[in-house]
Amino acid sequence: MPNEAIFRSNPNRTQSLTLSKTNPCPPLDSRASRAAIPSRLHQPARRFTLRPAALCARKRTAPLPRHRWFDTLVSVLLAWVFMPDVQPLRVTPLNSVHRALGAKMVDFGGWDMPVQYTGIIDEHNAVRRAVGIFDVSHMGEIEIRGPEAAKLTGYVTTNAVARLQIGQAHYSGLLYDHGGFVDDILVHKVAEDHYFLCVNASNQDKDFEHIRSQNRFDATVENAGGRYAQIAVQGPRAQATLQKLTPVDLSAIRYYWFTHGEISGAHARIARTGYTGEDGYEIYIPPADAARLWNDLMRAGAEFGIQPAGLGARNTLRLEAGMALYGHEIDASISPLEAGLGWIVKLDKGDFVGRGALVKQKESGLRRKLAGFEMRGRGIGRDGYEVLLNGVPAGWVTSGSPSPTLNKNIGLCYLPAEEAQPGKSIQIAIRNQPVDAVTVETPFYRRAK
Amino acid sequence: MYPENFRYTKEHEWVLVEGDTATVGITDHAQRELGDIVYVDLPKVGARLEQGASFGSVESVKAVSDVYSPVSGEVTGVNAALADTPEALNQDPHGAAWLVKLKLANPAEVEGLMSAADYVVYVGAEK
Repeated sequence: MPNEAIFRSNPNRTQSLTLSKTNPCPPLDSRASRAAIPSRLHQPARRFTLRPAALCARKRTAPLPRHRWFDTLVSVLLAWVFMPDVQPLRVTPLNSVHRALGAKMVDFGGWDMPVQYTGIIDEHNAVRRAVGIFDVSHMGEIEIRGPEAAKLTGYVTTNAVARLQIGQAHYSGLLYDHGGFVDDILVHKVAEDHYFLCVNASNQDKDFEHIRSQNRFDATVENAGGRYAQIAVQGPRAQATLQKLTPVDLSAIRYYWFTHGEISGAHARIARTGYTGEDGYEIYIPPADAARLWNDLMRAGAEFGIQPAGLGARNTLRLEAGMALYGHEIDASISPLEAGLGWIVKLDKGDFVGRGALVKQKESGLRRKLAGFEMRGRGIGRDGYEVLLNGVPAGWVTSGSPSPTLNKNIGLCYLPAEEAQPGKSIQIAIRNQPVDAVTVETPFYRRAK
Repeated sequence: MYPENFRYTKEHEWVLVEGDTATVGITDHAQRELGDIVYVDLPKVGARLEQGASFGSVESVKAVSDVYSPVSGEVTGVNAALADTPEALNQDPHGAAWLVKLKLANPAEVEGLMSAADYVVYVGAEK
């Protein structure tokens, strides 16, 4: 066993939880579709951090000569530039709650987050069968306001913002000009002149800068992550649990709609959204109210067997539901068309960032596509493992895990587009041994309606 | 918690030596760190293991971890039951869920490993 915390183990092995700091804009064709994939792509991305000790040591051992004010200025500026990376892990308002529950904490894209409490399988099953709650306060929030808020939001995202009604949300993509993902996001229409974006934690600053750089409209962009805590209540008993704490009629909120109201005395934005494949709600509240709401939810759900669920279960649940995870299925080198997310791309809505590249990609045909697979041989095809077709390297696994619900080893992988249909025999290279697998339809799991 | 008659490695394996036979497993600390164990990859009978070298792996839902041999020797037995019930490693890592049995190549190697008392201190300090 490795000495290190096990979730930060062998760099050549799986690291599903590691979020990447993406390199800026590799072109879409940077991964050959049939040739061997450059090894960089298989390595879990590492956070680039300057150790505080290194900076301090340099300062201490190299006293500044007098009159070298320019050097002083440079070192001060350098320290300032690298500040975000030398700061300690960021914490959510529920950090002490997780620790009191005995959660195993990990560095998730710079955030100190619970990966599990009692066990991933246990938590996963609680969400599928009853109800679980997740602290997702690390997620970022960006607010776009102003007379041309709709125009800006529509210009930087792939989905049809003009079709959203007030109180409605949709899944969407933020793209670069070359068609690769800046991030995948949820867009909520709060008012005609106000859109609320929920974005990935480790991408929020990048997303904010990206949107701002595209803003030639009469609109303001606010990086509002600090103003929100977010708790996801997910599972068949999510509604029964949450209803005890709010006068809002939760059954009236349709899937991918949201409303505002009091929950446990806190003013909340309540969205019927989720990342688990189950019914449920994502609740945005002021950070100061997070711990009270969490504890109230735990009490309200006790009769149903509510469990706190960590990032480990969140990952297995979303994978079974066939949902993409930034840094795995999608990143700056992948287009939504390749990722099977053509449904969030509305090419007919007018111009948007990345549209030209997608039109071109559609005309010339996709070279690779995301496919689901199930292991047939013994073993788990993990993130970054090579996929072989008739023994020849043809793609890579983006996410792979045992599926607690299906009791199979499942995963998603990129394959040459013409080979990506279900029912194809493939092999996954597990520790240099090809192990049989077969491509299957996704999602792997669909809840009974 | 940690049997007195076992010896322990910094990589969280244990070894029990009886005559010239060594039984090898992972520690309770290791299984707790890993979480739900879902897959175990072990060598075949007859394989020769080197002290400190990886001889297989243990996978939890989230992670893959190599297991390293505490001592050198030839594999004389493999715990085949773990193929179907890898979760036994979470329940009884110091007993029923042993990994392999070896014929010791160099019994003196055992002397360099930690006692139970040392291991408890080591695990405590690691946290």
